[in-house]
Amino acid sequence: MRLPRPLHPGAWWVWALGLATAASRTTNPLLLLLVVAVVAQVVAARRTDAPWARGFAAYVHLGLVVIAIRVVFRMLLDGQPGGHELFTLPELPLPAAAAGIRIGGRVSVEGLLAALYDGLRLATLLLCVGAANVLANPKRLLKAMPSALHEVGVAVTVALSVAPQLIESGQRVRAARRLRGEGGRRRHLLREIGLPVMTDALDRSLLLAAAMDARGYGRTAAVAHRTRRLTGSFLIGGLLGICIGTYGLLDSTAPRPLGLPMLIGGMALGWAGVVVGGRRVPRSRYRPDPWAAPEWMVAGVGLSVAGVVIVVSSRDPSGFYPSLAPLGWPALPVVPMAAIVLGSLPAWLAPPTRVRAPRARAGRPAVEQPA
Amino acid sequence: MIRFQHVTITYAGSIEPTLRDVDLAIAEGELCVVVGRTGAGKTTFLGAINGLVPHFTGGHLAGRVVVDGRDTRAHPPRDLADVVGMVGQDPLAGFVTDTVEEELAYAMEQLAVPADVMRKRVEETLDLLGIAELRQRPLRTLSGGQQQRVAIGSVLTPNPRILVLDEPTSALDPTAAEEVLSAVTRLVHDLGITVVMAEHRLERVIQHADHVVLLDGAGSARHLLPGEALASSELAPPVVRLGRLAGWHPLPLSVRDARRLAAPLREELAGCSTPVVLAPAPGAADRRPLLDAHDLVVRYGDVLALRGVDLAVSAGEVVAVMGRNGSGKSSLLWALHPAGRRQGGSVRVDGADVASARPPQVALVPQTPADLLYLATVDEECAQADREMGREPGTCRALVDRIVPGIPGDRHPRDLSEGQRLGLVLGVQLTGAARVVLLDEPTRGLDHLAKERLTAVLVGLAAAGHAVVVATHDVEFVARTAHRVVVLAEGEVVADGSTAEVVVASPAFAPQVAKVLHPEPWLTVDDVAGALAGAGVDR
Repeated sequence: MRLPRPLHPGAWWVWALGLATAASRTTNPLLLLLVVAVVAQVVAARRTDAPWARGFAAYVHLGLVVIAIRVVFRMLLDGQPGGHELFTLPELPLPAAAAGIRIGGRVSVEGLLAALYDGLRLATLLLCVGAANVLANPKRLLKAMPSALHEVGVAVTVALSVAPQLIESGQRVRAARRLRGEGGRRRHLLREIGLPVMTDALDRSLLLAAAMDARGYGRTAAVAHRTRRLTGSFLIGGLLGICIGTYGLLDSTAPRPLGLPMLIGGMALGWAGVVVGGRRVPRSRYRPDPWAAPEWMVAGVGLSVAGVVIVVSSRDPSGFYPSLAPLGWPALPVVPMAAIVLGSLPAWLAPPTRVRAPRARAGRPAVEQPA
Repeated sequence: MIRFQHVTITYAGSIEPTLRDVDLAIAEGELCVVVGRTGAGKTTFLGAINGLVPHFTGGHLAGRVVVDGRDTRAHPPRDLADVVGMVGQDPLAGFVTDTVEEELAYAMEQLAVPADVMRKRVEETLDLLGIAELRQRPLRTLSGGQQQRVAIGSVLTPNPRILVLDEPTSALDPTAAEEVLSAVTRLVHDLGITVVMAEHRLERVIQHADHVVLLDGAGSARHLLPGEALASSELAPPVVRLGRLAGWHPLPLSVRDARRLAAPLREELAGCSTPVVLAPAPGAADRRPLLDAHDLVVRYGDVLALRGVDLAVSAGEVVAVMGRNGSGKSSLLWALHPAGRRQGGSVRVDGADVASARPPQVALVPQTPADLLYLATVDEECAQADREMGREPGTCRALVDRIVPGIPGDRHPRDLSEGQRLGLVLGVQLTGAARVVLLDEPTRGLDHLAKERLTAVLVGLAAAGHAVVVATHDVEFVARTAHRVVVLAEGEVVADGSTAEVVVASPAFAPQVAKVLHPEPWLTVDDVAGALAGAGVDR
């Protein structure tokens, strides 16, 4: 029996980003809808009951809004001649200075479809990221960071808890304000409510800092001078590599080794710096998420989908960008389709999130398992 | 275990040292209670144990503090985390993570304790403090007593030898306070942990203490046995003062000790006239109530905080509202004020609906009085209150001076003591000549002198024709102050009657004197002294 446990958040992110990469390589609505279906299927199968896991519907809505905005703006701003006319909107007369900009006018099938495909691609990317957020506890992802970045993680955690506290103390002060009679005028609002809330927040942060200090936060281990110098040179070298690599990748006239190889080398160097720097921060993790076979498989699936789609699309991009002139029904290329469908494997590969009641073997006590 | 060697601590910007030449030693396995008035340096003393003073707070420390062989001059608080566990006054403010289990593990993660050891210690600590069923709960949803126990657990997991607690029960109802204190005494007895604790309500902790560190307010500290410390101290809890009055020897520190000595006193008192319980102003009973609230309903989301509560208070009456944390005390007070929330019911003052009354008839002092204050000086606050309420300048200042005399007008409200700040807010709220006064947990953080002053102020207000309602956990304060007690549970009134009727037989709300002299309905030492004097008994 596979015991339920949360999958390492990193594995979910690799899988989701793999699918997102695949989606970014195409505007074919059939492939994009397939990605959406795959993501939705995995989310439905492997999400938990935690508060952050209930947000998938919000991402779907956001995606629909993105598509709608894209389409509406295209209809309003794109009055190009040519193509099959669908209908004509009344055109807003603009002064001569705004030549080249048209608001309203002809709306063509081609323009509308292009906007729809583009919006769909954006929405699919959004859904992939959303799925990662829903499947993996964002805070556990912070915990899984290397120890050199530990303090950044703590800062983010604390910042996340500050927002509800601020709201709470704002409500409290506002209620107290009403006790003194609503004599205050609007322009004093900042002083009357902002000031007490700020002093309250400041007091709290001092208390929190004292409590964290008293509990051992910020302990550092003594490290050799050489190690520190090594960390510094790794990090600076890595950053330089990333800068040059990005530049090389974007500038098509740059020699090839300055592109991807430089970027990868820089990233590797930077990572090494972070790992070596972590020696200064001695800390351990409570119940760390293991990275075991299911994690390898889930991450592998994501990477394979991305890999297949990238390779196929660079060889034969025709199936990935459906033709608009002449208008045609988008084709469904077989290999990418198969790859994307296989992207739904994590729905079975990832361990389940809760125990199901044992069906056959009655009489055996169900295994109680911490989440 | 803890050694203070000629320690003098002076904060930056102040001329007088907060602690002066403190020289004492606290032995291993001791439960030591730090006693002193507000501002006597209790928090400074506690902070010096784990190096927060002066490493975190600033200031100058002369002398040496040595904790388990480590000098705090060389070891900042984070390097003492495995020796000293420190819990502040507000546990919620010190939480770093968001669930119980992660909070318990946090300190161990910082100390790089191996994962398997962590797992084991978290389980042990959950059991030790009786919070195992809370392990997955978000910290913000816990009750006050649970939060306090989680906070203690979160510093216990690295196995410190010393636990430092700053007013661990000040915000808790009597039952939750009992839970926390019994957890602490278990740590002392079973694990031999040294506990140093500051507490205003000595009646709750003194019977558990091995020693007392008495801070006299002028900077010096003495390490004494509880009996010695309290024999002469004005801070003594009622049971000790009763013992002094009756001439018992040795002085009893717990209700149990006192009860075993009290039989002769009970007999003596049986002959006295019935106790002079605080009587309402003459004729209050026959008059129409000044405040008349009917069928109050308050709802937060799908939680009913008040389910149809009726409350009538006459002019000249002080009514205490009691009940466990979350029973609806604050909701009741806010529902009585027109600015508060209320989903149903009516509130009338002198027969008129309170929402339309001009000038406002109800004044409310909230749980954190400082929320009302936002100006830079006391004088500005007073002038602002006069303007807001449309009174002639000087009204508010005169009121404040009557409540707490001698607040310097140019002082920033945040620099006042708790008692002074409470007085200032009460004055500000009374500027509008409201006849109904509501106070939410006013005794929090007050030392016993400030509490006595508050009692005098509230009784004085009542005598001047106000109706006063106080929500509080402090049973001794209620015994001295309130004519009537209303007990809430789950948003309903479960008891309403004179103070003596309600509290004498209650296990949680009975004051110490009532417990000692049960079944005779005596509530305070002063009552007993008065009765004895009246009966001509010479003491």
